[in-house]
Amino acid sequence: MQQMLPLSARSPGRIFLALIAILTMGLLAIACGGDDDDDAPAATTASGGSTTAGSTKPVTIGFLYVGSVDDGGYNQAAYQGQLAVEKLPNVKVVKAENVPESAEAERVMEQMIQQGATILFPTSFGHLDPALKVGEKHPEVTFLHQGGLKTGSNVGTYFGTSWEANYLAGIAAGRMSKTGKMGYVVAFPISQTLLNVNAFQLGAKSVNPAATTTVVFTASWCDPAKISEAVKNLKDQGVDVLNQHQDCPVAGIQAAEKAGMFSVGYHVDDSKFAPTGWITAAEWDWTKLFVQLVNDVRAGTYKVGQIRQSMKDGVVKLAPFGKNVPPAVQDEVSKAQAKVLSGELNIFAGPIKDQAGVEKIKAGEKPDPISLESTNWLVEGVTGKIPN
Amino acid sequence: MSFITSVATGSVRAGTSVMYATLGEVIAQRAGIINLGVEGCMLMGACAGFIVTAKTGSPYLGILAAMIAGALLASIHAFLVVTRGANQLASGLALMFLGLGLTSFFGRPYVDDQITPLKDYKIPFLGDLPFVGRFLFDHDPLTYAVVPLGVFLWWFVFKSRWGLYLRAVGESTEAAYAAGLNPVKIQYAAVMAGGALAGIGGAQISLAYAPTWVEGMTNGRGFIAVALVIFAMWNPLRAIAGALLFGGAVALQLQLQARGVAISPFLLDMTPYLLTLAVLVVWAQRGRDSFPAGLNKVFRGTG
Repeated sequence: MQQMLPLSARSPGRIFLALIAILTMGLLAIACGGDDDDDAPAATTASGGSTTAGSTKPVTIGFLYVGSVDDGGYNQAAYQGQLAVEKLPNVKVVKAENVPESAEAERVMEQMIQQGATILFPTSFGHLDPALKVGEKHPEVTFLHQGGLKTGSNVGTYFGTSWEANYLAGIAAGRMSKTGKMGYVVAFPISQTLLNVNAFQLGAKSVNPAATTTVVFTASWCDPAKISEAVKNLKDQGVDVLNQHQDCPVAGIQAAEKAGMFSVGYHVDDSKFAPTGWITAAEWDWTKLFVQLVNDVRAGTYKVGQIRQSMKDGVVKLAPFGKNVPPAVQDEVSKAQAKVLSGELNIFAGPIKDQAGVEKIKAGEKPDPISLESTNWLVEGVTGKIPN
Repeated sequence: MSFITSVATGSVRAGTSVMYATLGEVIAQRAGIINLGVEGCMLMGACAGFIVTAKTGSPYLGILAAMIAGALLASIHAFLVVTRGANQLASGLALMFLGLGLTSFFGRPYVDDQITPLKDYKIPFLGDLPFVGRFLFDHDPLTYAVVPLGVFLWWFVFKSRWGLYLRAVGESTEAAYAAGLNPVKIQYAAVMAGGALAGIGGAQISLAYAPTWVEGMTNGRGFIAVALVIFAMWNPLRAIAGALLFGGAVALQLQLQARGVAISPFLLDMTPYLLTLAVLVVWAQRGRDSFPAGLNKVFRGTG
């Protein structure tokens, strides 16, 4: 590639280049951060707040999403929580979508703080480090990070035990699979994804001792083409029930439906994409928790820490069953669910062995959610290795 | 399902979109224009194809829209670098961001929409053959079309009169002009054809392979296409092979994982770039026969 003229030799080109760069940045701003403007009117709804809480000061809250808020997945679920927060009195909300898990997230947070935000919800796993960095510079701002394993002096985290719902989905899957082979298409090997895989396998195994779960990692939070290729490869191995830990599970659900497989969804109810094969989904309901967190911060009662809510708090639930899930299976799942809700059933109660047969959770142990989040192993019956 | 069948079939499925984009970029670079914005053109195709299919219910109109959208975005690049003489690499990168921004913006209401996807058509009898049946004869129309298209483009580039013009411009715009050709027109046509093909590549993902729309759904496949052009040494037949190798790496990695073999998805994701590096190493010793001598140069007029 020789003969690249220096830019200065071509001034008209240079001007045009600058123009297109500006144009591009402008469009990106519209697409990514520009949504702030759309949300400005939302703030006006806050004016009616005096009726409920006259003492609350106006507050600006920022939400950051790694993807789009109608992705039929992770971000859409968190966005439902944002909508609930927007309804609170004297609340102004700013949001930014498609915020990468990089220094870009720091920039977006700084921008939101400049706009007056004093509470920030960085909702993606990889937004944690940027939040910790920005948090050091702005001690007056409270950061509430979704799923983080670390905290800062003003950066707390919250998450839910989605694995409980995946255990229950595993029961249904174990009953419905004809081959006894389940597949799990996972984005990255982090403790939260591994916990879901483990729980799903344990659930399936509780009703079918021969059940196995094959795990495939895609190394991307949302690559629809790769997910659908993974589903086809699992199908070739005799897998007939698909579960996923992806931000955008739709493509995988569609591919499974086309291949005649059953699907367990994640984050939200995507049953419309699999009218035949839909089983259920581990679904989030962040509304109550988000509202509670915001109220606590405003009242000054929030203490930075790691909040982990479970199914009985309502943060995780099972999506409605698909039409082809037999009533007997639905009953069985509901009974197990009742036990989970009452606390009678701790799904990670020992003894639990890993793939190598090593006892990872000893008999009689009932690990709490925080200690579970150091999980870096897969349970017995899972096929597939965790990449280093 | 045998291991080889799974991987071979997967390589066709995963390779098709990249094959379209690579073929398109071969054409553009044969005319001397590097378009680093292939990713943007693919996104334009994926998005426009999805929107038009959602609106009309016809994936074939979607493909048409994808071609037009890819070509239109590429025409901006052509204008900047051919007419205005802008830096090709910078303009290409700007084009990528422009495509990403435009599609994120206009595609927004269509995220989570359902479309009538482009169906797979199993060819009677042939589709039931062991191994080759699934490998070659059970795909969507865009997948069937891509290899014949690649062969046609090879004939076009190396055997046809038009291909000679194209290569002449890519070697030296001045000499081509002296021979009575119009380098500006030819470069515009080549860049826009490249964009149209990248658009089809994007549409193959959003209409057939993973019928859905999400921002940035091509996930860097446009850059892989650019890398594969070097691997292909500007030859459409080698572009077919390169894209199949890429698809094979994707399928191999997933199939190995599905069989419980420890393999790092991060490692195999680098395959196309490693292949390209390997070619660059070998190529450096073998001389630069296939390199269009006028790559990155445009016709600056006669005054």
